[in-house]
Amino acid sequence: MDILVCVKRVPTVGGAITLTADSRAIDTKASGFTISPHEECAVEEAVRLVERFGGSVTIVSLGPVEAEEQLRAGLALGASAAVLVETAPGVETGPMATAAALYSVAASGAFDLILLGNEASDTGGYQVGIRLAHLLGRPVATGAKAITVTDDGSSLSASRSYRGVTETFTLPLPCLVTVKEGINLPRYPSLPGRLRAKRAAIKRIPVEATGTAPAGDVRMTRLRVPDAPRKQATVLGHGAAAVPALVAVLAEIGVIS
Amino acid sequence: MTVWCLVELDGDAAADASLRALTLARGLLPDGADGGGVAAVVFGPPPLADLAAYGAADVYVVSGVDGYAPQAWARALTELLGAGRGPDGPRPAVVAAGTEHGNEVLAHLGAITGLPMAANCVAVSASGGTALDLVRQRWAGLLLEEAVLEAPAALLTVATDAVAAAPAAAPVSVTVHEVAAAVTGADLAVRAVETPGGTGGVSLATARVVVGGGRGVGSAEGFAPLEELAALLGGVVGASRVVTSEGWRPHSMQVGQTGTKITPDLYLACGISGAIQHFAGCSGARHIIAINTDASAPMMTRADYAVAGDLHEVLPALIEALRARG
Repeated sequence: MDILVCVKRVPTVGGAITLTADSRAIDTKASGFTISPHEECAVEEAVRLVERFGGSVTIVSLGPVEAEEQLRAGLALGASAAVLVETAPGVETGPMATAAALYSVAASGAFDLILLGNEASDTGGYQVGIRLAHLLGRPVATGAKAITVTDDGSSLSASRSYRGVTETFTLPLPCLVTVKEGINLPRYPSLPGRLRAKRAAIKRIPVEATGTAPAGDVRMTRLRVPDAPRKQATVLGHGAAAVPALVAVLAEIGVIS
Repeated sequence: MTVWCLVELDGDAAADASLRALTLARGLLPDGADGGGVAAVVFGPPPLADLAAYGAADVYVVSGVDGYAPQAWARALTELLGAGRGPDGPRPAVVAAGTEHGNEVLAHLGAITGLPMAANCVAVSASGGTALDLVRQRWAGLLLEEAVLEAPAALLTVATDAVAAAPAAAPVSVTVHEVAAAVTGADLAVRAVETPGGTGGVSLATARVVVGGGRGVGSAEGFAPLEELAALLGGVVGASRVVTSEGWRPHSMQVGQTGTKITPDLYLACGISGAIQHFAGCSGARHIIAINTDASAPMMTRADYAVAGDLHEVLPALIEALRARG
């Protein structure tokens, strides 16, 4: 089974988000970067499937040259090859343009399964996987918290919880699935894995070479941090002595009669 | 211009997230749109009272798709969008809730039509000309993006935790249109088979009361009083990322950016320090009460009410007091 996993380099957000002077990006001078969490789980899921069925895991990222760091992290987890579709520094690529660029990589190989995160943790567009599926003409399921592949590798079921109900989608391979954190617990990279990742060659393709025309995506004008929504908390008391006040608040809110 | 709004059902009623979507959709109507309202699209029995209250003057009830099949739902919307649009007519919009279903269907619609899609909007306004100015959530709402959407039709989903649901000034009279979806076999190929979940029908995303537990709970067994309290209040238990990483509770119970976004009347946060990724999931709660031994924890200072103390002391006393009230 040959699997392609699409990953995105995103800032590691700690205590508070601060923006650059032009308000068009997160100030990352004091923060690191990571693979968007849903996608780290997608890499782990792909590696587990290849451990079961044999085959290969290729990871691809659209981003600046620094995204090689996230590709090497994926290689350390067990991916066998990595491709960087390189964008200019500081340029944000919208979801339509991202899907078009990933399509050129996805269509260049015979992948049985393509995995993505359900949404990137930073931009949260909720659409790249579905747009890529339509470009490829393949079925897609999203938001998977579990993937079960049949023993003969001909189809899979992807399930998730929605409004207290479990929804299960059955898809023939080849197909796409977007996954969410919780589908698995990604392993820690082994030392041999990390050494192999360090030495691995990463194929670099300039985004211009993917031949994708600029798409009509939503245009960001600026970012802003929302105002802190909450006032200073009213302290109801300490320990069990606060219970009468707590009960009064529950009644006031209307959750008890 | 027609403003379409995909309305999801929660039992017999419109889902809360869809009422929020209808509210934002109504704001896109041109001023003084006489008798013209939002055109609601429903795949199932239409919740007519909710739709009238929220200003949906036309309701399109789609048949021909049994259950949830995202691409088929999008295909039906594609047809409605195409049918109502002349070459020079005003630009229409399709609005849906920023739920798994809403985001998924509108992404399919965007892919089918080649139109851009803006997920999880919190405000939208016409900026003159053909463009829309919008504000949408990034980082699950920790950051807001101001953006311009210029397209022959605007595809928008509405954040489930940021736009308050507000009925129209006066209910409208509703005209129901029955439409049959012209979907292909490929559109129907990927469809949901539903089986009961493990939460007794009350989901974290829609519960009115959520009792959340964090590191301070201390162990898997430590959740017993949280579960007892949740049952007493007719709510469900949620958890922080620490809890699911430790394996004390499954990831399906995680509240936060990479878990579930909740919008209860009450979030009772027990032993949760309050990382910003957690706030991304719970800031849509109407009221937050925090219980924590550390009075300086972010959750304690950003909550509406705070109780300083050990949850393992406070919760049993609270449960006892609630039982004593009968």
